[in-house]
Amino acid sequence: MSTHATTNSSEIRDTADAPLRRRARGPRRPAWRTALFMVGIIGIIAMFFVPLYWLFSSAFKPQDAIYTWPLQWIPTEPTLANFAEAWSTAPFDRFYLNSIITTVVGTGLEILLAILCAYAFAFVEFRFKRIVFVLIIASMMLPGHVTLIVNYITVANLGWLNTYQGLILPGIASAFAMFLLLQHMRTIDVDIMKAAEIDGAGHLRRMMTIAVPLSSPMILTAGLIVMAGKWNEYVWPLIVTSTTDMRTLPIGLLFLCSQEGYSNWGAIMAGTVFVSLPMLVLFFLGQKRIIGGLAAGALK
Amino acid sequence: MTTSTRRSPSSRTAAPSGARPTDAANGLSTAAVHGANSTEAPGSTGHPPHRGNDAIRARTEQRRRSPQRRRRTRRDAALFLALVAPNLVAILVFSYYPSLYNIGLSFTEWDFVEPTPEWVGLENYQDLFTDPAFGQVLLNTLIFTGVSVVGSIIGGILLGSLLATKLPLTGFAQTMAFAPHMLPGAAVGTLWLFIFDPNYGLSRWLFSLVGASSPAWTTTSDWSLWAITIAYTWQRLGFVTVICYTAILDLPRDIYEAAALDGAHGWTLLRHMTLPLLSPITFFLSITGVISAAQAFDIISIMTGGGPGNSSSTLSWMVYEEAFQKFDIGSASAAATILLVILLILTFVQVRVGEKKVNYDS
Repeated sequence: MSTHATTNSSEIRDTADAPLRRRARGPRRPAWRTALFMVGIIGIIAMFFVPLYWLFSSAFKPQDAIYTWPLQWIPTEPTLANFAEAWSTAPFDRFYLNSIITTVVGTGLEILLAILCAYAFAFVEFRFKRIVFVLIIASMMLPGHVTLIVNYITVANLGWLNTYQGLILPGIASAFAMFLLLQHMRTIDVDIMKAAEIDGAGHLRRMMTIAVPLSSPMILTAGLIVMAGKWNEYVWPLIVTSTTDMRTLPIGLLFLCSQEGYSNWGAIMAGTVFVSLPMLVLFFLGQKRIIGGLAAGALK
Repeated sequence: MTTSTRRSPSSRTAAPSGARPTDAANGLSTAAVHGANSTEAPGSTGHPPHRGNDAIRARTEQRRRSPQRRRRTRRDAALFLALVAPNLVAILVFSYYPSLYNIGLSFTEWDFVEPTPEWVGLENYQDLFTDPAFGQVLLNTLIFTGVSVVGSIIGGILLGSLLATKLPLTGFAQTMAFAPHMLPGAAVGTLWLFIFDPNYGLSRWLFSLVGASSPAWTTTSDWSLWAITIAYTWQRLGFVTVICYTAILDLPRDIYEAAALDGAHGWTLLRHMTLPLLSPITFFLSITGVISAAQAFDIISIMTGGGPGNSSSTLSWMVYEEAFQKFDIGSASAAATILLVILLILTFVQVRVGEKKVNYDS
């Protein structure tokens, strides 16, 4: 509804401004400048594409094609041997399982907490709301490395070292996702909530039938961002797990590197593909949402 | 539940007669009350005007104090706390409590094994500040953070402006630029470790283009800090670029059109229009950039492990190394406390400077 309204108004503005803008853009930019810009844009693509291409192409190269000079840009005999080698050197099946469990459960819990919290801030009255809000948002400024040692002690005292709850629970507190959801819930029409209230729907009912469905796009966005963060998490799984079968993928990659002596680049790049691919797929599927959500968080 | 049983008639009789209908509505909802209030105010013509005002004031006063209202406020407060509690407790237990306790630990000596930490006062801090190696770590942190934050913001504004030209391929360029930000830092670190391989990496190719041979980036102390800085900035740059690009598209177009009509373009436009208008976003990016660069760990851990020596060790690496490899908790938590203090001071300064300089366009 609101999106409809905004597109309408911007369309109106666009058509009103059209003659002005046509004069300002287009013909005013000389061809040499356009060419310069295009060179810049191709430069950007090269800067980011070449390393990523290097990662994937190396993973498919046989050993002798990697240790050669001049560099071989396109694998002449692509092979899957590196993937097999990486998978047999390190238990990637366990790493995948651990990463999936911690990411899915952790994301679910964090988003649940974020929804409850955002709903309370948006729709429930409380005198000291502002203080609580500042307390939660300010926690984003506390660097993870400052909390690392004591959280390790806490988890050790609970007997949770090297367990899934130890991996997951310290990370479920939500400030950024809560903020994103709150921003979105604030745009929900108050009249709908009032009407439901007069009809006798309690807060829980209003949350489940109005607030959550209306915020579902933002919940999905926040979920994707949180999910990427959990999948990529490094330092906490590194210190809280101690056996290879409890490691997550990023730590598994460190394990693979040391097993391969930081020198069998084909297998190491194949392992890097294992770790990266799910995030790249997630990104290409949900690109608009992820970028939109992060930009919304930054631009307020 | 208690609301219905405790509803006493005495409170109603105490109210002025004009308040009766609203009071009844009060039981339904505050929303209804507000509606009723505005429609009824002119309707209470039974009294002279000034007394009518008094009646309204009395009624509002009465409503604010009415037990239903109070009970409702209390019930809302309880609900609010119940909804916020899981998140708030998690934040208190896993963010605030550890940050404070960490400060306490920095005045002790401990190795995770002894039953209790031993109080040593300021000894850990004295040791750190008299150790030249710690000076090196601070300098490394400063270079790593400064170069990556400034570099990614300057680069991000340039690349973002290029993307905002909407020429062909800009969509693809945006996707490619952002992709590294989604990757695990461990993967980015491993990839760059290979790129920086002086014999078989892309680095050799790049240097061979100018007829030079590649330095051994990650294994010599002259280059290791630059290796992690480059890898980290590469990952961060795409994020900053996309944020800047979005912000540039959001800028008020009419000002640009006016400037274009006045003949401003290219560099002038960027220098005098885009940069000042982007100041709120560069402000945001500098704060978040410093916080995340100061915590960068996975790239360092994979690429250099702080080495060789401590040539690429930053505060965040040092905290980990002292605590979980050397088991010197006191020294580690002192370093973590210093990191916290530096970040708080920096954020405070940035906010103060930002308040003065940032151009808040409403």
